[in-house]
Amino acid sequence: MPNKGQKLYDKDKVIAGLVIFVILATFPFWFNLGKAASAPELELTEKAKAAEKCVRDTQYMRDEHMQLLDEWRDTVVRDAKRIYVNERNVGYDMSLSNTCLDCHSNKAEFCDRCHDYTSVNPYCWDCHIDNPKEAK
Amino acid sequence: MMEKSRRRFLKIAGISALGLGAKPVLDVFASSEEDVVVEAPVQEGAPHVTETEAHHAATEPRIMRSPNAKVAPQWAMVIDTRKIQSHSDVEPMIEACHKIHNVPHMPDKKHEIKWIWETEFKHAFPNLASEYMAKRVEHLGLPVLCNHCENPPCVRVCPTKATFKNSQGIVMMDYHRCIGCRFCMAACPYGARSFNFFDPKPHIEEENKKFPTRMRGVVEKCNFCAERLAVGQKPACVEASNGIMAFGNLHDPNSEVREIIHSNYTIRRKQNLGTRPAVYYII
Ligand code: SF4
Ligand code: SF4
Ligand code: SF4
Repeated sequence: MPNKGQKLYDKDKVIAGLVIFVILATFPFWFNLGKAASAPELELTEKAKAAEKCVRDTQYMRDEHMQLLDEWRDTVVRDAKRIYVNERNVGYDMSLSNTCLDCHSNKAEFCDRCHDYTSVNPYCWDCHIDNPKEAK
Repeated sequence: MMEKSRRRFLKIAGISALGLGAKPVLDVFASSEEDVVVEAPVQEGAPHVTETEAHHAATEPRIMRSPNAKVAPQWAMVIDTRKIQSHSDVEPMIEACHKIHNVPHMPDKKHEIKWIWETEFKHAFPNLASEYMAKRVEHLGLPVLCNHCENPPCVRVCPTKATFKNSQGIVMMDYHRCIGCRFCMAACPYGARSFNFFDPKPHIEEENKKFPTRMRGVVEKCNFCAERLAVGQKPACVEASNGIMAFGNLHDPNSEVREIIHSNYTIRRKQNLGTRPAVYYII
């Protein structure tokens, strides 16, 4: 049946309901308004500072260390090749524990800060020890 | 939510694959054991690489083997049990292996994790043991481990290719992919695989921080010391065996293991099953 010109019953209730719905649905947005967490500051260990250069340049490491680690993992485990030679012709042992975390031995101030900020939870540390240097 | 997503995805994928009918799926997984192609293939005789800056022109990043890596198309082991006098000859091999590989000591025998262990002749070679046999052999503790079979049933049944045969003949485990379905344990006729019912970490006495641990829910076993071969070392158990074990390239007729196999009578575990074990025993 066409509804033309018919009046909206319980107009007040309907509109009030809609307003409440919109407020609830957008609650997370305005609740968090203006209090976005600031980008994390990373700390470098003395060793990392002294090394000056990482396996690849900083921007690449920032953007793509996960792809790099994924490639390392597969090549080490499945292809039995363990040396990565970068564009500067420097070779590295493709090992999270023994290479990456050897310099970046401060997981809490380095890895975790960004991972927490971006809310990613990689499970590398379930098996790969976070700091080989802490061995007694 | 995204936690452990890769394993979870593989778990679901594995279960769905089973639903499609186990037989064809398992066949598909069994074929094409070709190694994954690396993005930047390495030329043979790649330049010697050091940790220091080399004076070479900038190149594309590439992946290679360590120049001193030991390589063979099929690694094999010969265990000369004639040299074993007592338990104290075998103990060091087990110690060496379990220590460097972070193999936990589980308090309950039911949850035991082992990569190499000691067993009697009648358990190692049930089809060869007789009611009456040589006194020396009857109760001798023999070291047993994964045989890195040339025709491995564990590889054929693994739905995720977490277990695979690598280019060196090593039956490897990719713990990142293992979904803990334990098909491989059912398929292995040697009991060479253990399942982590619990988090193994609290039960590792002294962690070797250079080698990863495992997590709850994955299967683990001997890896023929792939990580040591990669840097030119022999397996840890062989080094600790005081000459009881020999290790080498099975496909090279002049290798140490082939020479021993040619000049001695050797047996393999349950070879009537057609798995073609690569661990040989001199009794
Ligand atoms: S001994 Fe068992 S686990 Fe090892 S390769 Fe043979 S079947 Fe697989
Ligand atoms: S439990 Fe065994 S068969 Fe199952 S995914 Fe892991 S390695 Fe493969
Ligand atoms: S070959 Fe290596 S991993 Fe296998 S039992 Fe010997 S020491 Fe352990």
